[in-house]
Amino acid sequence: MGVFPKRGGDQAATPGAGVQSQAMRSDALLHAARPHRTLWRDAFSRLVSNRLALFGAIIILGITFLAVFAPLIAPSHYAYQDYGAITQSPSREWPMGTDLVGRDMLSRMIYGARVSMAVGLGAQIIVLLIGVPIGAIAGYMSGKVDNLLMRFVDVMYAFPQLLFVILIMSMLGRGLQNIFIAIGVTGWVTLARVTRAEFLSLREQDHVLAARSIGAGPWRLITKHMMPNALTPIIVTLTFGIPLAIFTEAALSFIGVGISPPTPSWGGMVGDNQSYIRSYWYLSLFPALAIALVMMAFTFFGDGLRDALDPRSGKR
Amino acid sequence: MFQFILRRLFWLVPTLLAISLITFLVMHATPGSPLQPTAANANPLPPEAQANLMRQYGLDRPLHEQYVIFVWKAVRLDFGNSYVYRTREVTDILAATFPVSLHLGVMAMGFAIIVGVPLGVMAAVKRNGTIDYIASIVAVLGVSFPNFVVGIFLIVIVVLVFPQIFGFHIIPRTGGWESPVDWILPTIALGLQPLGILARYVRSSMVEVLHQDFIRTAQAKGLAQRRVIIGHAVKNGLIPPLTIAGPMFAAVATGSFFVEYIFRVPGMGRFFVESMSSRDYPMIMAVILLYGVFLAIMNLVVDALYSVIDPRIRLS
Repeated sequence: MGVFPKRGGDQAATPGAGVQSQAMRSDALLHAARPHRTLWRDAFSRLVSNRLALFGAIIILGITFLAVFAPLIAPSHYAYQDYGAITQSPSREWPMGTDLVGRDMLSRMIYGARVSMAVGLGAQIIVLLIGVPIGAIAGYMSGKVDNLLMRFVDVMYAFPQLLFVILIMSMLGRGLQNIFIAIGVTGWVTLARVTRAEFLSLREQDHVLAARSIGAGPWRLITKHMMPNALTPIIVTLTFGIPLAIFTEAALSFIGVGISPPTPSWGGMVGDNQSYIRSYWYLSLFPALAIALVMMAFTFFGDGLRDALDPRSGKR
Repeated sequence: MFQFILRRLFWLVPTLLAISLITFLVMHATPGSPLQPTAANANPLPPEAQANLMRQYGLDRPLHEQYVIFVWKAVRLDFGNSYVYRTREVTDILAATFPVSLHLGVMAMGFAIIVGVPLGVMAAVKRNGTIDYIASIVAVLGVSFPNFVVGIFLIVIVVLVFPQIFGFHIIPRTGGWESPVDWILPTIALGLQPLGILARYVRSSMVEVLHQDFIRTAQAKGLAQRRVIIGHAVKNGLIPPLTIAGPMFAAVATGSFFVEYIFRVPGMGRFFVESMSSRDYPMIMAVILLYGVFLAIMNLVVDALYSVIDPRIRLS
């Protein structure tokens, strides 16, 4: 609910408009008397008042905790095989059962959080390092450089990203490092596009022009005057990239070109065990639930973050 | 209109060239060769045999020459024999499997549109009602659950939970592609994501349209609510969701790999992944180009449709 009525005409025409506008005025006064807050504090308070976003954040923190302290929490090592107890159903001893070679599923699930979180966060750092500079340069320089970049972006958009990632992975071979490369190489395009669009509009704005007129150089213009104003869409794009990266890793491991075994990855666990689902449902159901949960948490959090940073967008 | 389509078809040529060139370079720049035996621990082929095979498949020529030969043959739809299925031509394999994938994709899109659009419209009309909540739950599930996770859930529910609760096996089966019964679960698994995205977009665009003056005019002149919504609001509210149809086609096209894998659908997915890891160069190139063409044509259809539905939009 905004402070000011959206359509002034509506308010005047409805009976009791006087009362309402009085209420509005006191409302406005209340807001004016509100203590001064920075953009980030303001966004933070909006974020924590969003229940779904908070729920997402709690799940993310919990899974991060599991990932970081996996060796301390997990009952056994992820590769430890107990041949006396293969394909055990969930029980008190093995809360999520054991797999075809007698590894404790719970331990593998906990260690699996490491891969998902590492890919989710790590790949975004690579995307950030590639996407933002390219987008910023294209937006700042515009003209020929920009044109060239946009043609390249068009080509990248013309073939499905997942197809390209699978291609790169099957060429480079399995491994966490290669997943970072594959996601980084393909994922920067969207971020570069967003950054470029922001910079294109920012470079025409008065405060940038003013800075330029008193002799600020390109580096200072970009870092001090343009980047801080482009930060919001960049952060939002990066946040929405996290569940995508987690999905990409899970999908790659699912078809067997992602993480190399025996390192557990949720997607890989679903893929390895999905042929036995009729007999041992828990082997693929629990990792599938984990993927769904972490992606949902990041989606909620991303939605909340977008609404918090840019209250005009999102839900009406 | 005709001119627009022609120009876009013309632009398809450089785009496809760029896609094939990137794929070609990635394929050849990475270590590994199709001449390596696929079995683990197998002895490598003797050098003479390797040289012979290289000559037979034209792999001994310089890269640029290989690429030109490829393009020259691809223009006439000759992609050569598959390296893995040596007796079959790539085009034969694709002709047998692509229709299956396409069939699955079309059904998934149909499912997404038939369920997603009315869901979004009803959610917008009865905001914060029961249907709105159902729609937002479906949207969250669709957006955050990868299709292979949905597939696992569906199998667990249909095969394991249902018979136990109701004591009989319900109809949908989870493997093969013989009868329409086999189509149900893969369609739902593949269609849920576009359904969720579509419902979400339709809802927000409908909410916007329902606030506009011409809707109030229609209501003021005494039209039934039903006619206002179907005749006036839906027509305008469905235009923005069309813009996301392109990415949705991409998601459905690549997503079908995973769904085919889980439900044993004899589509292209199996060949695609296999061809990647065994470096079946002709197969990889053909599949990626096929997807490039498919996506480009879908995007073209969407853009053309856009101007047919909304004459205010000029094609340029």
